[in-house]
Amino acid sequence: MAIDQELKIEMGKQGVVVTTLQELYNWGRKSSVWPMQFGLACCAIEMIATTMARYDLARFGAEVFRPSPRQADLMIISGTVTKKMAPQVVRLYNQMGEPRYVIAMGACAISGGPFKQGYNVLKGIDRYIPVDVHIPGCPPRPEALLQAFITLQNKIQAQPLTGPNRPRHLDAEAQGEFPVPVQGEHDLEPTSNPGVWTVPVVIR
Amino acid sequence: MKTIEEIQAAIEAAVPGGEVTIVMNPSPAAQHSLLVGAGKAVAVAKFLRDDAELALDFCSNVTGVDWLDREIAEKVKVTKTVTKTVDGVEQQVEETVEETVKRAVPGYLECVYHLYSVAKKHGPVVIRMRTANRSDMVELPSLTPIWRGAEFQEREVFDLYGIVFTGHPDLRRILMWDEFKDHPMRKDYVLPDDFEYEPTPHDDVLKRAEAHRADVAQEGAAQ
Amino acid sequence: MSSWTLQQSTNEHLAGWNRPQVIKPEGDGEVLEVSMGPHHPSTHGVFRMDVKLDGEKVIGLKPVFGYLHRNHEQLGEKLSYLAIMPYTDRLDYFCSLSNNWGYAMAVEKLAGLEVPERADHLRVILAELTRFQNHASWIGFLAQEMGASGTPLMYAFREREKILDLFEELTGSRMMCNYMRFGGCRVDPTAEWLSETRKVVQGLHKFVDEFENLLTGNEILMSRTQGVGVLSHDLAVNASVSGPMARASGVNYDIRKVDHYGIYDRFNFRVPLGEHGDIYDRYMVRVLEIRESLSILEQALKSVPGGPILDPKAKSRGIRPKAGEAYGRIEAPKGELGFYLISDGAGSPYRYRIRPPSFINLTVLEDMCLGHNVADAILILGSVDIVLGEVDR
Repeated sequence: MAIDQELKIEMGKQGVVVTTLQELYNWGRKSSVWPMQFGLACCAIEMIATTMARYDLARFGAEVFRPSPRQADLMIISGTVTKKMAPQVVRLYNQMGEPRYVIAMGACAISGGPFKQGYNVLKGIDRYIPVDVHIPGCPPRPEALLQAFITLQNKIQAQPLTGPNRPRHLDAEAQGEFPVPVQGEHDLEPTSNPGVWTVPVVIR
Repeated sequence: MKTIEEIQAAIEAAVPGGEVTIVMNPSPAAQHSLLVGAGKAVAVAKFLRDDAELALDFCSNVTGVDWLDREIAEKVKVTKTVTKTVDGVEQQVEETVEETVKRAVPGYLECVYHLYSVAKKHGPVVIRMRTANRSDMVELPSLTPIWRGAEFQEREVFDLYGIVFTGHPDLRRILMWDEFKDHPMRKDYVLPDDFEYEPTPHDDVLKRAEAHRADVAQEGAAQ
Repeated sequence: MSSWTLQQSTNEHLAGWNRPQVIKPEGDGEVLEVSMGPHHPSTHGVFRMDVKLDGEKVIGLKPVFGYLHRNHEQLGEKLSYLAIMPYTDRLDYFCSLSNNWGYAMAVEKLAGLEVPERADHLRVILAELTRFQNHASWIGFLAQEMGASGTPLMYAFREREKILDLFEELTGSRMMCNYMRFGGCRVDPTAEWLSETRKVVQGLHKFVDEFENLLTGNEILMSRTQGVGVLSHDLAVNASVSGPMARASGVNYDIRKVDHYGIYDRFNFRVPLGEHGDIYDRYMVRVLEIRESLSILEQALKSVPGGPILDPKAKSRGIRPKAGEAYGRIEAPKGELGFYLISDGAGSPYRYRIRPPSFINLTVLEDMCLGHNVADAILILGSVDIVLGEVDR
């Protein structure tokens, strides 16, 4: 439901606040994104630094780090996901309640980063679970994580509550569980979840 | 501290049949090492730890090294009896010819221990043990009963190199998962085929990515 | 996931082995097996402990590693000597500069390079700053595990940011500094940087006093840590425990004093030793160590000589040491950090091995935890000071 922005501003000047249910609902959602207390590698230290006094993540309503996935809205993949860890990451993601979001923090979470060619390193977490925001960097600075938060908030704010792009918790048919890869004799099986990730086409 | 030759002599006096040989290290670091035969290695290690003068009570570092099977080409002078026709008469002549002989040197797995002394504050003394080959005879005695600090490191060497330490109290995989079958730090280990998406390939990665693409195309054609 | 079942290893044939004692459950003999981790808020990352409990009491504990095994050693065998340097930053990501130094030292031994005076001074300054921020953050994390949610850690990170700003100004990066080179350092600091560092170091004294006022005599800290997680001197040596952990158990072994590497000989500093080997001693040893670090920093900053920062013989790019091997080690904030290199004359090492201090310090985790409550096991794990990047490599 669109609202006449000029009219809204004009009424705001007169002391009348007008909004839509969708805007109010999403404003509430975006201002209390609770991340999961979940650190993987180097980026986790920058994540901790972001929550500390200097960068102060609390300004975004996201200072409450929950140790349990059931209480968290946001998973920050802060570091390298190894093949030994990947099943656990997917399982933790499955345990989170909708609506849930994922930030892939740093080069390793995006693609394996500098460790990409290692035998035990997963080449990007988006092979198994959907990622909302990617932040490049090795490790990204705290400012970059804040930028990712703002990007995520804008994304939440813009989500329509009806229609095909509605959040998954309002969609009864949305996929809830993501298959957990199995640790095989040589590699993870399967090596990616085709429902989430297809091989990107490289254009040169 | 004693020199490496003195340590060797001391070991041989204390542990007869210890099969200790010196491996020289030509680099400027000059940390020479002692190659210890697997048979008496535990006794040698016990001597090194308990000897009052050496007192190597601190086993700092345990490492595996993989040495592949290789071929050495050597030039050897061979004396042969050749039948030659000299001045119209056939004669048996002895001749020395230089020939290149290829000799196969079997590879082995090696385990290196860096020992220090906390009591005497000296070191390092480097000892190494070698397996007979890289495939079926990969057993070495565990030195964990002598130095507890080797416990996790020997497990790591077992995990990544496949050296089986006999007498280790708890020999399991430590870094990879239990179902994993390979020993990934060996030089002939082949990475699993997850080269679907390589935006900036080069060298080995390029070859693997191309091979993967060919495989996928073949499968597509078969279907 | 793991097929491994909890069992105490019984090895009668290993007479004399320093193995953990076996505790039998009391009462009805019911034993609870709990897997703590790899996702657990207090395991410092992705570390797992399989714990066997009799009520609240720990009667068995097996650490499980590998959840951050990033294949440093295998990648190192494919990379050139110089290209390994940025990877060492990511080992113990709290102390990238110490890791740089350890690796640079191993290559210097392998190739026979000298380090100029000025670079040696810079290395000492940077390593001690690293030690300071590592120990300060460690104390913050320890307090957090005792339930002091935030305050000491916030204080520690406030000071850490000041030190990281110095690192960033000098090296261009907050955490992954990649600063040392074979035979010296990468960038020459300006006089302003040095005077700024002096100013920061002066301010750090006040911080340590404040921190100690907050914590050292604290009733909760004392009752939670004194007599908990005791490690004996003999076991510490036999299990290759190094660094502040070993010194808290009374092992007088500091590689800065033993190996005389760098220019540590020229500075006056003491090595604090613990008496009881419990968590409180580990805390106290670290507090005293950062005070000694500040004293080293002041002495080193007083007289930083001029001159080059890189050995003129040194060649960073395309270095090909002659065939041979070398083991170089330094006193990193967590213990003895060693690098073992085998060269076969090629541009990349034949074998590149990291001796990670916190991985080997974990050998005695079970011995320290047995008989304590499960809440204490978390504190004991915290007192080891692990960083998973280094434990699993």
